Amino acid sequence: MAEYIIKNGFVFDPVQGIKGDKSDVAIKDGKIVSDVSKSAKVIDAAGKTVMAGAVEIHAHIAGPKVNLGRIYRPEDKLFTCTATKGIERTGSGNSIPSTFKTGYEYAKMGYTTAMEAAMPPMFSRHVHEEIRDTPIIDEGAFPVFGNNWFVMEYLKNNEVENTAAYIAWLLRATKGYAVKVVNPGGTEAWGWGLNCLSIHDPVPYFDITPAEIVKGLIEANEYLGLPHSMHIHPNNLGNPGCYQTTLDTLNLADGYKAKNKFGREQVMHITHMQFHSYGGENWGNFESKATEIMNFVNSHKNLTMDTGNVTLDETTTMTADGPFEHHLTGLNHLKWANCDVELETAAGVVPYIYSPDIKVCAIQWSIGLELALLAKDPMRCFITTDHPNAGPFTRYPRVFKWLMSEKARNERLNTFKNADKVIAASTLGSIDREITLYELAQMTRAGPAKSLGLANICGGLKPGMDADVAVYDFNPDKPLADPEMIETAFSRAAFVFKSGVQVVTHGDIVNTGHKRTLWVDAKVKDNPQVMRDIKEKFLKYYSMTQANYEALGHHFVPNPFALEVDATQA
Amino acid sequence: MTKTVTDVVCPFCGTLCDDLEVAVTDDGKQILDVYNACAIGAEKFLHSQAKDRITRPRFQQPDGTWKETSYDEAADYTAKMLAGAKKPLMYGWSSTNCEAQSMGHEIAEMCGACVDNTAAVCHGTTLIAVQDIGLPTCTLGEVKNRADTIIFWGCNPCHAHPRHMSRYSIFPRGFFTGKGHKSRKLVVVDPRVTDTAKMADIHLQVTQGQDYELLNAFRVAFKGEWLPDVVAGIPKEKIIEAANIMKAGRFGIIFFGMGVTQSLGKNHNIDEAIAVTKDLNEYTKFSIMPMRGHYNVTGSGEVLAWQFGYPYSVDLTRGFPRYNPGDTSSIDLLTRGEIDAAFVIGSDPGAHFPISAVKKIAQVNSVCIDPHITPTSGVSKLHVPVAFVGVETGGNAYRMDNVPIDCRKVVEPPEGMLTDEEFLTMVRDRVKKLKGVA
Ligand code: SF4
Ligand SMILES: [Zn+2]
Repeated sequence: MAEYIIKNGFVFDPVQGIKGDKSDVAIKDGKIVSDVSKSAKVIDAAGKTVMAGAVEIHAHIAGPKVNLGRIYRPEDKLFTCTATKGIERTGSGNSIPSTFKTGYEYAKMGYTTAMEAAMPPMFSRHVHEEIRDTPIIDEGAFPVFGNNWFVMEYLKNNEVENTAAYIAWLLRATKGYAVKVVNPGGTEAWGWGLNCLSIHDPVPYFDITPAEIVKGLIEANEYLGLPHSMHIHPNNLGNPGCYQTTLDTLNLADGYKAKNKFGREQVMHITHMQFHSYGGENWGNFESKATEIMNFVNSHKNLTMDTGNVTLDETTTMTADGPFEHHLTGLNHLKWANCDVELETAAGVVPYIYSPDIKVCAIQWSIGLELALLAKDPMRCFITTDHPNAGPFTRYPRVFKWLMSEKARNERLNTFKNADKVIAASTLGSIDREITLYELAQMTRAGPAKSLGLANICGGLKPGMDADVAVYDFNPDKPLADPEMIETAFSRAAFVFKSGVQVVTHGDIVNTGHKRTLWVDAKVKDNPQVMRDIKEKFLKYYSMTQANYEALGHHFVPNPFALEVDATQA
Repeated sequence: MTKTVTDVVCPFCGTLCDDLEVAVTDDGKQILDVYNACAIGAEKFLHSQAKDRITRPRFQQPDGTWKETSYDEAADYTAKMLAGAKKPLMYGWSSTNCEAQSMGHEIAEMCGACVDNTAAVCHGTTLIAVQDIGLPTCTLGEVKNRADTIIFWGCNPCHAHPRHMSRYSIFPRGFFTGKGHKSRKLVVVDPRVTDTAKMADIHLQVTQGQDYELLNAFRVAFKGEWLPDVVAGIPKEKIIEAANIMKAGRFGIIFFGMGVTQSLGKNHNIDEAIAVTKDLNEYTKFSIMPMRGHYNVTGSGEVLAWQFGYPYSVDLTRGFPRYNPGDTSSIDLLTRGEIDAAFVIGSDPGAHFPISAVKKIAQVNSVCIDPHITPTSGVSKLHVPVAFVGVETGGNAYRMDNVPIDCRKVVEPPEGMLTDEEFLTMVRDRVKKLKGVA
């Protein structure tokens, strides 16, 4: 394989503690190395910013609900199609881009790894077909467990070991990466048109509470020692006053310590915190509770989170929180899609327009930024838009601009239609912190990689790690004349390398690389009871056979990369 | 000696039963019997065993006779035809696997083709309605485990989806439905007294073409507002009775078919049916699901959507995807005479399109990929027989509820026969060369 040396760039790498020093990054055989031969191809990065490839910890980019969004929103394609060009396949869509466009857009921004945040296990084939058709970036997918009948039945009786054995089986059957929980218990209740809005609302029939599900899944996750922690979208998302439910949920992690060989320190990752940080009793007195939330997160080292920044765009919301989407269509009266999945989960889809002229939308925008700016440890707070829920991932460069430039965000804040009310509803206007490039590398590279258990593989530039490298036309030594330069530079990287292959040159795709599918292969002690339970559920309640559920052939996951875990001694 | 292949997936209708067992000879070359399938499903497997099956591509001669050719020459012809055409149509896709669809799309993109599937003549109207108003739906196992109210509207599963009722909708005992069909109320809406209607607790014999009116009357009845004495041929009392049954259940579902999608009102009927479903979610839990016909028409829509953004009638002639049913849909393209080459796979438009459209296929260069001799192969210049997907090769398919199931290979195809995917790969590689793509 080719050798490269990226010379004279300003390097930002939290893994090695490099804070913008002018230095070289060498690549050989797909890895970062300390030295290369004279014949290595030289990439001139003088005056440019060099970071590891970015890591997306939470986005909805592949699978049934994403595709339902594509199918039912032809309007999302308007003026967004790109023609076939060289090796680039045609692309379409803005908030729900086609698979090809998804891969290209991430790569062009310097992202080289991304996690699909909610895989309905029964639809894992669909998720993997789309992942296969998303070029360049490495991807993993999180199967959802928080409303799964096996999990609820085991945890009702406190059977953590059985839960763990079931998780291991399901990760293998679906080629899944982590334990995802969405509105625990509430989505099962939605099977009857109901919901669980607090962590103590019992789940109809199953006689278990969201709190018990969450704690049980943390315990099962740590029993297995999985690379990532339990990854949760708490109950009561999106409602005024929901921050209290969020704090209750965060409290459930109290006393738990991470147990794994990947260097991960958290036991709970809370996703799209923006949607869970609302105060007030109604939309009239809706306000930010980011300070309360971040005080808690900052003082609890066993938590990580991502922001879920609102980008003020028209977008498409989609979540396994079925009852929430039904609630949302009642608020905005836009078209509602829903799909309940037997024994496992549900999903809803509703378009949404985050208008800067609407007070609540502007406050949501403020909260997302506030969370990131109040984070004391950028290694535990990551930037996302919960794509496409709070905005399309293609807006990351704009979010970076707002975070890195007080001027840029105040310009936005002060020109909202209801600026006075918006400013009064959060502390954003009084924060003068500007995220540095080093902190940005923590929040988009090293941090999410560590949280995912990938700290030794990606998110950094230490010799031995995968050669995922992004070079941006951004000179940190020059005074920033205009904050727009941030958005421009991070929208289109000058050069991107994925596993040592140069995939982007001056913003164009030049190679589609060797895309991999990341999954977790967890070994557990033989567990005849769980195997019997699985067999019985398929015979009685599933609408497909166990043999057809488990078979996930090579054509779905052509280039797998398994992280192995051995819990047979646990 | 024989062996039995289990968990076989039936590649016939959108029910996509995956519990078939097939007895085959020890050498894996011949099917002896098919278990668990309905009559039409079993026939599909047994038909593949016909001794007089066409096993090599063949060109139609000017006098209507056929001359055998090789797959190589067939791929040459197909590639040249598609690469040379200004606006080729690539139609069908509903009876092949997703892998073949995907390969076909790559060719279509390079050639600037129009890609369309059989939704164009069945549930395309459903898709338009979903684009208008959304779709509250669920998987078929949810119906089995929870549903106590079943509505079949304009469809006749007894004949079109024979195992639907026993596997999912009426008879099975699920988690919350331990009493099986005794725990379910069945409402059938159909102008005819079909075999499905005969099983109903309530049969609403709607006046032909007035489904929209009846759906609308339901929405009024849910709210308890004033109704005329008779709507769409149904007395008010009966409408109110049925409306109350729907509201009173704990989990209900509307299954609908071509009786509403292709009758007067078309997509507007489905709009209203979805609105009915949405309304019912104010009182209880309700879903709605199209009874998709071909076993993988759903998959074609899925693959088209994730690759191009639209579920059918995709026009790639400008180098990027466009979608405008009525303009970019097959029958319209054909009858307007805009197509200069026709490629058909996994469907039989010769039997289902209006004669004016079929004539246009006959007038241009055309290729038909189909294991069978069909009306379409009869009007095509080149017929390429292939292995049966789901019998002689595997590959992914999507059930009517969008659940993906990987089909199984049960027996070997006849010596030397290619699969859809293999043949399309040959065409793709040739088109690449013709177009000078690396
Ligand atoms: S119902 Fe449909 S899928 Fe099932 S066996 Fe019959 S034809 Fe095949
Ligand atoms: Zn999400």
